[in-house]
Amino acid sequence: MKAKVHITLKPGVLDPQGTAIGHALGTLGFEGVSGVRQGKFSEFELAETDRERAQAEVRQMCERLLANTVIENYTIDLV
Amino acid sequence: MKTAVVVFPGSNCDRDVAVAVEEIFGTKPIMLWHRETALPKIDLVILPGGFSYGDYLRSGAMAAQSPIMQAVKAKAAGGLPVLGICNGFQILTEAGLLPGALMRNRGLKFINRVVTTRVETSQSIYTSRYEAGQVVSIPIAHADGCYYADNATLDRLEAQGQVAFRYVDAAGNATEAANPNGSARNIAGLFNETKTVLGYMPHPERVVDPLFGGTDGRPLFESLIGALS
Repeated sequence: MKAKVHITLKPGVLDPQGTAIGHALGTLGFEGVSGVRQGKFSEFELAETDRERAQAEVRQMCERLLANTVIENYTIDLV
Repeated sequence: MKTAVVVFPGSNCDRDVAVAVEEIFGTKPIMLWHRETALPKIDLVILPGGFSYGDYLRSGAMAAQSPIMQAVKAKAAGGLPVLGICNGFQILTEAGLLPGALMRNRGLKFINRVVTTRVETSQSIYTSRYEAGQVVSIPIAHADGCYYADNATLDRLEAQGQVAFRYVDAAGNATEAANPNGSARNIAGLFNETKTVLGYMPHPERVVDPLFGGTDGRPLFESLIGALS
């Protein structure tokens, strides 16, 4: 099973990178872009075959390492 | 007085802080590699500045999971003083020894210059040789120094007197212009609830000798001798 994890800044947490990317997109001529938020993406293979156990395991990985839950949210996709 | 300095792959202020410790404490610190699983009998642990594990994932995130940090966490819970400088501060927040997080500087750039910070209290083992309200000139060198915590946490930190240092102007005012990295409430240094753990973004170990342009970092180490030896 493959896990795909998206890590994004919580709403309300200032994202200067996202703001800078938004400005750069404007400079390139892409108009009407707003609310750019920069995040992280991780993917990895799991030996676990049970979906529920895999979900619980990846959630632990997010809580303990992959995300800093003070500032970040995460979503997990298993494929 | 026995001190340990933890060395992570990518630490680069470990030797600077060892020199400062040896000169001021009069004893050489023990240098502890990140793979160690136990702490020797010591009075103080220092987590030095640098780029532990190349700042992979988030600054301090990998170091916080290292074997030595599990031992540091256990001893810190028992009251062992832990001083984290710069990357050490980031590691302390990632390890959950201090609340909040240190994020990318507001201006996105690495900043390397002398700033002025205000000592918020002299009632701690780290600041007793300073006066409350004293403005000290200490260099910063970081890209991820923007302190963040939610408002409820910030209010609690203020109420409990856990803010140790704030970025201020020369007159001692915590203005927006004096805030180099966008830190919430100009926070530059933070205590845990028992004030045994201190995280500080500036580098006091770089200003302990007049030859290097200042001595404003010296009282921090002198406070520790007074309290711990």
